Amino acid sequence: MATRLIVNQRMQDVDAAPDTPLLYILSNNLELQGPRFGCGLAQCGSCSVLLDGVEIRSCVTPLSAVAGKSVTTLEGLPALYAQQKKLASAPELHPLQQAVIDEQALQCGYCYNGQIIKGAELLSKNPQPSVEQIRTAMNGHLCRCGTYPRMIKAIQRASRAIAGGGR
Amino acid sequence: MSSDFPATTFPRRDFLKAGGALLVGLTFAPRADAQQPPGGAIAGPFTPDPEQLDTWIAIHADNTATIFSASINRGGPRIRLAAADARQALLARASQQLGAPVERLTVSRGVVSVAGSPGQSVTYGALIGDRRFDVPYTGKAPVKDYRNHTIVGASVPRNDIPAKASGKYVYMQHVRVPGMLHGRVVRPRGQGAYGDGARVLSLDAGSIRDIPGARVVRRRDFVGVVASEEWDAVRAAQRLRVTWDQPASLPETPAALFERMRAAKTIDSVVMDRGGVDAAFASARHVVSHRFDSPYQIHAGFGPNCAIADVKTDSAVVMCSTQGPYATRAKIADVLEMPEGNITVRYYEGSGTFGRSCYDDVAQAAAVMSQETGAPVRVQFMRWDEHGWDNFGPAHTADVKIAADANGKLVAYQYHGWQHTWSVTDTTAQLAAGRPASEGQDGRAQSLTPTNTGEMYALPNWRIVNHRVPGLQGYFKGAPLRSPLDLAIAFGAEQVIDELAYLANMDPYVFRRQNMNGDRWLAVLNAAAEAAKWSPRKAAANLSKARVVKGRGIAVGTHLSSYGAAVAEIEVDRDTGVIVAKRMYGAIEAGQIVNPGFVENQITGMLVQAASRMLKEEVTFSRTNVTSVDWVSYPILRCSEAPEVFPVVVKRQDQPSTGVGEECIAAAAAAIANAFFDATGVRLREQPMTPPRVVAALRRA
Repeated sequence: MATRLIVNQRMQDVDAAPDTPLLYILSNNLELQGPRFGCGLAQCGSCSVLLDGVEIRSCVTPLSAVAGKSVTTLEGLPALYAQQKKLASAPELHPLQQAVIDEQALQCGYCYNGQIIKGAELLSKNPQPSVEQIRTAMNGHLCRCGTYPRMIKAIQRASRAIAGGGR
Repeated sequence: MSSDFPATTFPRRDFLKAGGALLVGLTFAPRADAQQPPGGAIAGPFTPDPEQLDTWIAIHADNTATIFSASINRGGPRIRLAAADARQALLARASQQLGAPVERLTVSRGVVSVAGSPGQSVTYGALIGDRRFDVPYTGKAPVKDYRNHTIVGASVPRNDIPAKASGKYVYMQHVRVPGMLHGRVVRPRGQGAYGDGARVLSLDAGSIRDIPGARVVRRRDFVGVVASEEWDAVRAAQRLRVTWDQPASLPETPAALFERMRAAKTIDSVVMDRGGVDAAFASARHVVSHRFDSPYQIHAGFGPNCAIADVKTDSAVVMCSTQGPYATRAKIADVLEMPEGNITVRYYEGSGTFGRSCYDDVAQAAAVMSQETGAPVRVQFMRWDEHGWDNFGPAHTADVKIAADANGKLVAYQYHGWQHTWSVTDTTAQLAAGRPASEGQDGRAQSLTPTNTGEMYALPNWRIVNHRVPGLQGYFKGAPLRSPLDLAIAFGAEQVIDELAYLANMDPYVFRRQNMNGDRWLAVLNAAAEAAKWSPRKAAANLSKARVVKGRGIAVGTHLSSYGAAVAEIEVDRDTGVIVAKRMYGAIEAGQIVNPGFVENQITGMLVQAASRMLKEEVTFSRTNVTSVDWVSYPILRCSEAPEVFPVVVKRQDQPSTGVGEECIAAAAAAIANAFFDATGVRLREQPMTPPRVVAALRRA
């Protein structure tokens, strides 16, 4: 019994139990490396993806709930950005991915799937967020290494890049 | 140095099979644990095992290099010497090829040129070509003077970040192998006392009958489930009905934990006894004496530990994240009852581990489950496995007494500290192989030392007494957690110093400044104070009746190798008891700094993690088991609560490199505690400084 969904703008038919959390489908069936296991409890944000542009926790979202919907993972962010900005082609990296590199923001980097997914969602809704708005938006994404200050800077940098029309 | 670290033959490595390379390698130490070994200090002379080569440099034909070493602190000097050997060998070859004496050759970015003859040059890669050269390690080739360094000391971007930011980086949690089963462990939700273990009273395999793909794996008291679909393994582990015997041997309350430690039959050692401490206290002008309690805390790696094992009849391959592949191999050999030499451990990066989290446990669990099923098994700990069965950073309780004369000069310092040492037996070995719980000897990082207990100050009279608690009698598993013991020590020691400054009517920075032990401590203290634009005044001089009050604190600290200082600026809501660290300044002096950008990033993380540990983190438990098993029951600092941070790197390029990853977390934590006093006029002597504790302390005052 296959479930059809769109992942990173490609149609996928997945043969799995409908109550299977989306995370395991993305990791095992589709072999994607962005979303990753952190808690299985929707507490940390490691597994975040965008569902029709809205950040969700894939570790507690059953496959049946995403049937026919569009899922974007970390790997699909540049293409999504191109679509949102009506660019002719997808950049190599989403501006926030580039900003994370430029700020040398992460340490172990395990939580940065979720940090970047959530930050990209924020920037798509509010391209010029204040620091307080960033802190509020990002509050559900934990980081054990303590990189929050640099992650905030990376979102500000990406915001400037988007405003400047850059990548 | 070369006699300590003898040359050895470079074994063939998979990655070197293709193409040419020039290699210099040495065996650095008989162990590869990133922290102190459970057995304590490093053993004496040793014979290098070519199979355990752990420090090497390889220069490839494409003019790139691969370097493998221990930390910069331990491996850095050896790698520098190995690189000098490589450079000397390459210059000899270049001299032949270019027909110029070595003295006339210069090197920049891997290109050897003849001085004054710009057309004459050759790359390292071209000198190597498709041949392989093993260059013996001598440790005697001349090294570059630090004043001529162009790359060391400059910030260089990390090369792993682009792959991590784009989702291309392979963490351990991403690795899959063909024919693999997904495994999960089944354990009580939260460990009980380490010395007691846990026993299966009954197991109902029928309880997962409706998950046809899943089956139970059991060896003694080790229980797991495997399935070809990961979700089946997850569901089965949650549903499998197991009745456990976990004795009710834990303390009734967190407070009772510290009483138990103090009442225990401890092994006591006088670590330091300088001058006449008792007489100095008797004649001192100002004396402060208090007790301080610090809880168990969790490593809590962000991705729970994960491993894949493929165990055959007489060999095994185990993929895992470990700080010491050789130590892990020995632990796997133990549970498989297989010779170490038949086992290969392959390292994959996981999330930050912050010390010896339960990575050996998960590797053993995968090995046992693979041996039982005859198939490769991937075990991913669930969040409650990781939180509930971690080797915690041990709890600590202390009596700290300190005194100054009428001029504010320290005259006496006495520290009594109680803690158990680190556990040796991993949970899987305990459950599956029936290995008894055992403890290591006290290593340098798990007993009090002069370095982290007073050495930052000039102390004429000084006593340190370590009370080693028997860790098998009603306590948890313990292992080094980032900056082991230091945070707890600084929480007490740096608060009593602050109180002395207060009694002496002095600013806490000025008071410390006149008591520091040597220029390097003074320099790092000054660096933190200058970054924070500290203007001297007595602490708690601006007390306010407002609901939200502000304070600042300063402190110093170390993790045994470098010099750390920090300033914290906090706000306290006196109604709710919520403390927010608003701005934190952290300074580290760690000798020669190789990459200042890395150090700044480490300081950033330490400041945030110090705030998290000081304000929030505490293992909770019932009489039978740990109850802090996820991010709700064990909260950590969130983005909205994160301080603004100001890292300061104090460079001493003329000095040997020491560590940076653990060196200012203790100072940062203590600075927060001192800021609380400045804000409220009240001292907190139990941490974490949670809202209930804050409210209770303010009420008592």
